Amino acid sequence: MPSGSADFFTTRLDNLVAWARKNSLWPLPFGTACCAIEYMSIVSSHYDLARFGAEVVRFSPRQADLLIVAGTVVDKLAPVLRKIYDQMPEPKWVISMGVCASSGGFYRAYHVVQGIDEIVPVDVYVPGCPPTPEELMYGILSLQESIQSGRKSRDDRSARYAATLPALPSP
Amino acid sequence: MSDVAISPVSAPAERVRARLSGAIPDSRVSVADLDLPTIETDPRSWPAVARFLRDDPEMRFDLLIDLLGVDNLRRRGRPSRFELVVHLFSTSRDEHVRVKVILDGENPELPSVVDVWPAANWFEREAFDLFGFRFSGHPNLRRILCHQAFVGHALRKDYPPGQRWMCTEEDLYVPGLVARENVEEDHFETVVVNLGPSHPATHGTLRIVARLDGEQIVEAESEIGYLHRCFEKMSETHTWNQVIPYTDRLNYCSAFINNVAYCKTVERMLGIEVPERGALVRTILSEFSRIMDHCVCIGANLVDTGALTNFWYLFQPREEIYGLIEACCGARLTVSYGRVGGLSREVPADFVARCRSLLRSIPKFLDDVDNLVKRNRIVWDRFRGVGVVTRDQAIGWGFAGPCLRASGVGYDVRKARPYDFYDRFDWDVPVHRDGDNFARYLVRMEEMRQSLSIIRQALEILPSSGPVSSGDWHVVLPPKDRVYHDMESLIYHFKWVMEGIQVPEGERYEWFEGANGELGFYVVSTGGGSPYRIKPRPACFPMMAAFEKIIVGSRVSDAIATLGTLNIIAGELDR
Repeated sequence: MPSGSADFFTTRLDNLVAWARKNSLWPLPFGTACCAIEYMSIVSSHYDLARFGAEVVRFSPRQADLLIVAGTVVDKLAPVLRKIYDQMPEPKWVISMGVCASSGGFYRAYHVVQGIDEIVPVDVYVPGCPPTPEELMYGILSLQESIQSGRKSRDDRSARYAATLPALPSP
Repeated sequence: MSDVAISPVSAPAERVRARLSGAIPDSRVSVADLDLPTIETDPRSWPAVARFLRDDPEMRFDLLIDLLGVDNLRRRGRPSRFELVVHLFSTSRDEHVRVKVILDGENPELPSVVDVWPAANWFEREAFDLFGFRFSGHPNLRRILCHQAFVGHALRKDYPPGQRWMCTEEDLYVPGLVARENVEEDHFETVVVNLGPSHPATHGTLRIVARLDGEQIVEAESEIGYLHRCFEKMSETHTWNQVIPYTDRLNYCSAFINNVAYCKTVERMLGIEVPERGALVRTILSEFSRIMDHCVCIGANLVDTGALTNFWYLFQPREEIYGLIEACCGARLTVSYGRVGGLSREVPADFVARCRSLLRSIPKFLDDVDNLVKRNRIVWDRFRGVGVVTRDQAIGWGFAGPCLRASGVGYDVRKARPYDFYDRFDWDVPVHRDGDNFARYLVRMEEMRQSLSIIRQALEILPSSGPVSSGDWHVVLPPKDRVYHDMESLIYHFKWVMEGIQVPEGERYEWFEGANGELGFYVVSTGGGSPYRIKPRPACFPMMAAFEKIIVGSRVSDAIATLGTLNIIAGELDR
C-alpha cells in the first residue's frame, strides 16, 4: 500500500448502516386483494421495482424487513397480520398500500379493519384504489429517505396498540 | 293432496307447473312466472321438491347455481320475513328455474339439501352465517365468511352495517381434523400442516389445513372468509350506480366484466337499451378483460409450479391492455367504467387503432408461453392427470366456466344465451374431456385466442360514431354542457346525483359469462334509489368448496398446482 495518499473517507457508522439498510429492503408482500394484483404488475418487467433496491420479495417474515400490506384486511385476518408483523426481525418498516389498508377505504363495514394502524404501526401510507405503480414507488422512496435520516420505525402508537392486543403465547 | 296454484304463465313456467302438479303428494307448491319460472314451497316440502327437480326426466335441474337468503323486513307483499332463494340450471335442457322456500319465524329452520346437490354445502353455510337459517341435517353447519367471534347475522336488515366484533388469535378456527386421534396410518405418523392464509401459493387469503401421510394428503379442510368485505351489505346502503365500484372489486382481475354484468342486470330491470356502439365497446373491453384474467390465472399458476419466466411473459400483454383501459377511463385495474345505461365516458379517438395494435402484439406472447409450456416435461408431470374432475363431479359440485368446459361440458353463456352481439360473431367454445390441470390450462389458452377473434370481428362492425350511452336521462347523467345551459338537464342531473336512478319494484336474476364461470346477479328492488338485495353468483365459490375433495390422495405440490388452475379469486369468493 502506498503511504500518505488519501484513499479513504470517514463517515458516521450509523449513516453507513442506514445507507445500507435503505438500499436493501426485502419486502414481504402481505397481498390480500386487488392491490396485490397491482403489486404483481409493479414487480413485473414493465415497472420493475428492482431498480429501487427493494426487489428481493420474501414470503417468510423471518427474511423480510419491509411489510407491504396490499389490499383489504378484514377482522378475520387481523390476528394473522399481527402475528406476521411480530415475527419480523427488527428493524422493520410497514407500508400500507391502498386506501383499504390505510383506512378501510369505502368498506365501512361490519367485517373490515378500518385501517391497519389498528393492528401494526405504519410508516408510509400510499393512497389510491389501487395506487398506481408510480405511487407505490414514491412511497418506497419516501420510506428510504426516512430510513437514511435515521428515524426509528416504532413510534409511540405501536406501544399503545400493543397494550390493547392480547400477548402472544410464548413458544 | 297436492295442489299447484295457478297464475298466468309463459311456456317454460307452464311446463314446470304441469310436471309439478300432483307429482309430490302432501306438498304445497305454487308456480309463478317472473323473469324465471318461480316455484314457491314450504320447508317441509322442500327436500321432496328438490329431489323431484333434479331427478324428473323432464326437469333435470342438475346444476345448483346459487342459494341465498332474503330478509323481507322492509319489503311489502311477501308472506314471511325470511325466504330462501335457490337458482337451478339444467345442463341438458339449458333452462333456469328459481325456487323460493318460504320460511317461518325469526330463527327459521329448514332441511338441508346437501345430499341432493353437493354444491349446496357451502351456500347453506353462508346463509346460516349471514341470515341465521338453521339447516337440519347439514354435515358442518358453522360460520363460513365471518370470523368465529362474530355475534349476530350480518345481512339481516336490522343489523347495523358498521357493527364490528373484535377477532383475536384465540378466535381463529381450528379444524376438527387437527385434534382427531386414531387416524388410519399406513406406514408413517401423519402430520397436520396449515397452508395459509398468508402463503404465497394460496394467494393471500385462502387457508387449507391438511393431514399428510408422508407426502400424501389424506384429508383436508379449507377455510375462507379472509377477504369478506361485505359487498352485499354495502350494496344495500348505496345507490344503484354507487354499487358499480364495489362490483369492480369482486373479481378484480377482470373488473370490467363485473361492471357490465351488473349494469346489464339493472338495465333489464329498467327495460332500457344500450346503443349499438356502447354495447360493442363493452364487448371488446370485456373480452380484453377475459384475456387479462386468464393471463393472471395461468401466470400465477405457473409461478406456483416454478415457471417464473411465463409470469413475465404473461404480464406484458396485461400491461398493454391496461394502457388501452387507462386511455378509456383513467384507471388500470378497478375501472368503474360501466354505468347503468352505457359507459361513463366516450372512448378515446384512437380506440380502434389501439385495439388493432393489441390484436397484433398479444398472440406473440401467447405463442411464446405455449411453446414454453405445452411440451415442457415438468409441466406435463405436474399438470397431466393431476387434479382430475370428472364430468359428473363438475356438475354436482356446481362448476362453471373454463373449469366446467375442461371437464367436458360445453356450456358457455355467450353461446347458450347470447347477449349483446355474441350470436353475430363466428367463434368456438373450447371443450376438453380430461378434466385435469392441463385441460384447464389448454381451455384457457384457447379461450384467449377465441376472445381475440371476437374482438377482431367486433371492431369490424363497430360504428365509427354515435353515442355509447342511452339517451334516457332518468338513467344516464346528461352531458355537462347541457346541464349548464338548460333547466331540464339540470334537474335530471340533480335527481340523478341526489337520489340515484329509480329502479322499478321487482326481482331479477341475469347471468353472463364471467372470466371464470357463470357470473350472475340476483337483484331485488323495492322501487327506491338503492338496491334492496344484490347477490352476485360467485363462480369460484363452489369450486373452492370442491377443492378439499379434489386434493385428497394427491401430494401437497399437486394441490398447489390444482389450486392455481381453479383460478380462485378471493374478492369474488368471499365478497
